[in-house]
Amino acid sequence: MEIGNYDALVIFTVLAVGVATLIVLLATYLGPTNPTKEKQIPYESGSDPIGSPRDSRFSVKYYMVALSFILFDLEAVFVIPWAVSWRQSEMLGHGLYSFGVMAIFVSILTLGLVYEWSQGGLEWD
Amino acid sequence: MPNWLAIILFLLVVLGAATGVISGAVWSAGFLPAMPGWLIILLKIGIIVFGFVMLVASLMTLVGDRKQSAKIQNRIGPNRATFFGQSLGGLPHFIADGIKMLFKEDIVPNGAHRTFHMVAPALIFIPALLGFSVIPFMDEYCSTGAPMVTPNYPFELCPNGEWLNYFQVIDLNSGMLFAFAIASIEVYGATIAGWAANNKYSLLGGMRSAAQMISYEVSLGLSLAGLLLIWGTLDLNEMVRLQGKLFAGWIPLWGIVIQPVAFFLFFLVGMAETKRPPFDQPEGESEIVAGYFTEYSSMKFAVIQLAEYVATVFLATLTAVFFLGGWQVPFLFADGFHFGGIGAQPDIALPYAVVIAMRIVAMLFKVLVVVWLQFMMRWTYPSFRYDQVMTMGWKIVLPLSLANFFVTAFIVLII
Repeated sequence: MEIGNYDALVIFTVLAVGVATLIVLLATYLGPTNPTKEKQIPYESGSDPIGSPRDSRFSVKYYMVALSFILFDLEAVFVIPWAVSWRQSEMLGHGLYSFGVMAIFVSILTLGLVYEWSQGGLEWD
Repeated sequence: MPNWLAIILFLLVVLGAATGVISGAVWSAGFLPAMPGWLIILLKIGIIVFGFVMLVASLMTLVGDRKQSAKIQNRIGPNRATFFGQSLGGLPHFIADGIKMLFKEDIVPNGAHRTFHMVAPALIFIPALLGFSVIPFMDEYCSTGAPMVTPNYPFELCPNGEWLNYFQVIDLNSGMLFAFAIASIEVYGATIAGWAANNKYSLLGGMRSAAQMISYEVSLGLSLAGLLLIWGTLDLNEMVRLQGKLFAGWIPLWGIVIQPVAFFLFFLVGMAETKRPPFDQPEGESEIVAGYFTEYSSMKFAVIQLAEYVATVFLATLTAVFFLGGWQVPFLFADGFHFGGIGAQPDIALPYAVVIAMRIVAMLFKVLVVVWLQFMMRWTYPSFRYDQVMTMGWKIVLPLSLANFFVTAFIVLII
């Protein structure tokens, strides 16, 4: 049987998933199980928890981070293929044009970062 | 026997054993092609995962995290568990911990989502391990004997053109993208672990780790864009080969030489990505107990810890591959050392097998150096506050990596 590149990935994935599953299952079934009421309470530094964390609120800053992440990760997604293929476009004589297009693209996103910064979207106080 | 002597001896023994195992695999390459393909792949995975990843990760937990921190804080460190009366630099503690963890009770708190509580540790562990599938630990192996050395790039040519790939599980030509894609899956594990445990500290830790990891992930890709611009490839082995070029015959063109700013940014971002101190706010011992793994016990806890160490080794390996020349030894080519440019005859002739062994040891050594540096920083600097971590990510590292990329592009355009 011919073994290609991606078959190796499949074998590695199966092995990694198998090892991880085995360890987690061992953890569940190998140790003793004698649950008590006190032991099962979520640990909050010794005091009884009030309310559920699923209902509690958290800072909207995390949402801002997620928004900014999508923006700038997309930038990275476009910039990396550009960087890798830049030699080819230079060989075809489009080096300056290619650089100009990238410069405009990155400048627009940098302006976005500057705007977000000036509006306080990056503050964590 | 003094402790430091035991540590050094242990290091040497382990390094020697690993080198022996790997070189043995090289020597047996003559009959490897006769073996079925799946067996070769299993061998590769076994050697890379157990001979390399687990080796460095366990060295870190043992020597880095315990003995070295003890030295820095003027303590003795673990020395009570002994093996035939020898403390062996604390090695038995490492084994005893593993066994102890396995037989501890697995506590799942009230109201926890049982499935996600179980899946999360595996979800952190699997991508950490899978990333190593694209890492080249040695160049491709020329099956018919020593390759010919030529003065121009690729430098080494196999006489019959047949290269065999024994030191990389998958030879992907988009290896870098694959490595980053796999590495970013870990965010899900940490977030799910934090959410599933029905604990307010865990939820805070999960939110923090997600925000921190995605913030620094942007700079992780952008800081490398300058190198990609210069090299023009995403193939990790090709990148390492390109780093064998010499400038003026004497200066090896490693990533750290052509992009020094990017090296510091990548090192910093790597530490933040793996949540190592001083960037350990997702764990935040003094405020949120242990962050997203507060409610984990027994082997599940051990899996999360191990996955974090493996992720640290992975980022250190990437640093070595991108910036420290991977398996390259300066001036060493397939037939020996060539000082001051590649001549017809090597200045110091070496057999091909010795060159292979030296390259593998160089890779191990570089990864260990990066990991050691991270541990020194971990125990030297106090932790940042969380708002400082985020401010640094968005206001310092991201603009710097953008500027580095832009300046590199400009210089490359002019040259």
